[in-house]
Amino acid sequence: MADPNEVLCKTPLHALHVERGAKMVPFSGYEMPVQYPAGVLKEHLHTRDKAGLFDVSHMGQAFLSGSDPSKALERLTPADVSGLKEGLQRYGLLLNERGTIKDDFMFSRLTGEAPLYLVVNAGTKDGDFEYIAGELKGIASLELRPDRALLALQGPAAAIVLERHSPGISKLTFMKVVRCSVAGAPAIVSRSGYTGEDGFEISLEAIHAERVARALLGETEVLPIGLGARDSLRLEAGLCLYGHDIDETVNPVEASLVWSIGKRRKLDKDFPAAEKILDAVFNGTAKKRVGIRPDGKAPAREGTEIADKTGRAIGQITSGGFGPSLNAPVAMGYVETAFAGDCTEIDLIVRGKSMPARVSPMPFVPHRYRRAI
Amino acid sequence: MSEVRFTDQHEWVRLDGDVATIGITKYAAEQLGDVVYVELPETGRKVGAGGEAAVVESVKAASEVYAPVGGEVTASNPALSEDPAKVNADPEGEGWFFKLKLADKGEFAKLMTADRYAEFVKGL
Repeated sequence: MADPNEVLCKTPLHALHVERGAKMVPFSGYEMPVQYPAGVLKEHLHTRDKAGLFDVSHMGQAFLSGSDPSKALERLTPADVSGLKEGLQRYGLLLNERGTIKDDFMFSRLTGEAPLYLVVNAGTKDGDFEYIAGELKGIASLELRPDRALLALQGPAAAIVLERHSPGISKLTFMKVVRCSVAGAPAIVSRSGYTGEDGFEISLEAIHAERVARALLGETEVLPIGLGARDSLRLEAGLCLYGHDIDETVNPVEASLVWSIGKRRKLDKDFPAAEKILDAVFNGTAKKRVGIRPDGKAPAREGTEIADKTGRAIGQITSGGFGPSLNAPVAMGYVETAFAGDCTEIDLIVRGKSMPARVSPMPFVPHRYRRAI
Repeated sequence: MSEVRFTDQHEWVRLDGDVATIGITKYAAEQLGDVVYVELPETGRKVGAGGEAAVVESVKAASEVYAPVGGEVTASNPALSEDPAKVNADPEGEGWFFKLKLADKGEFAKLMTADRYAEFVKGL
């Protein structure tokens, strides 16, 4: 839990959050807005209905350069980095030497630029950067960019809103990335996010962040959104939260993230613990991450035990709560693989009582990514 | 004539004769945020003062509600299972949690008056 003596960092938007009445909480070493006066429920629904602006400046941004930074990065991830075309972004897993998950991250190849642009999680960034720089010493060099802020504009109205401040940006499609100008500030914009909605992530020099955020918040469609709704949105979208749904105790197969392993990488078997992971791909694992929907209304929180219908423990919830868009509780967690099939009936042990639930396909709320114009 | 008293755990108790109606205060409801689920005690259950009696869940977290006074549960609010948001809309009225037959009036007398509770909240 939070150490009261911990000195918390502030993002460039800290004063703006306070001005907008945010409730600030410690998160990954930063003082961050968990909710604004609208509250988590309204913020969540507003993002799915119109557009929400998130401050994700606490996340780690860096550039990886060298004679072949893609080849170098492939030493630490099973994602296809070398095959990523210019102007595209991709999701990857950072693996340790045992083949378990050190972090999940995004990497981009900006058009006409040799270095790769990386975004990693806030809570893991120091360790990640140390690991990447150390492991790739002599073949690639990592330039940290704590001077950059990161905003996410998410929701069905995100494109029309951003178009007003960055003409032409709405032509960008899902997982494409471009350098452009947003409200006059130089930015790296990708059409991506972590809510399951259409939207953008906007990386800016910190000095421009507040002005650009104010410009976006000045649009009638946009509300500021805190970490509370960010969590319920990503959970409904079936997306993992590092340190909860994935960590160094699980490999990509157990985490149901095999899709993030490149095809060529499977053939070349040249990523950390490749033999072990590929063996798991072909022969299965003892446990697997699944989506779970309780039959009743009571949410099952992280740490809740999962049992089979005879009462035997078969796993644990890693993220759980209430899904405002479904008006029902949702969760994800790990179960023994025999119970991982969709619609398998299970019990969740909440406050000593067995609550019936079912394994459910994810996402719980359909993704609405803009894959084509 | 009923009287309302408060606890430092942000529960309120309204006493009508020997029936105590219990809920969470406006301050507690604001701190919790949007309530999405409430688990209430069954009728007939005996709870001791300070014992766990109910659970209230917001989007983010679950919180226990303790019985401010001991007694036998005579009713729980049926409206909350249909519409838990009543706890935010009217925490000290329609958003009541449960009623119990008070075992010891002395326990009620020890709780904070409205004025003392208001002062307590101001100091937080």
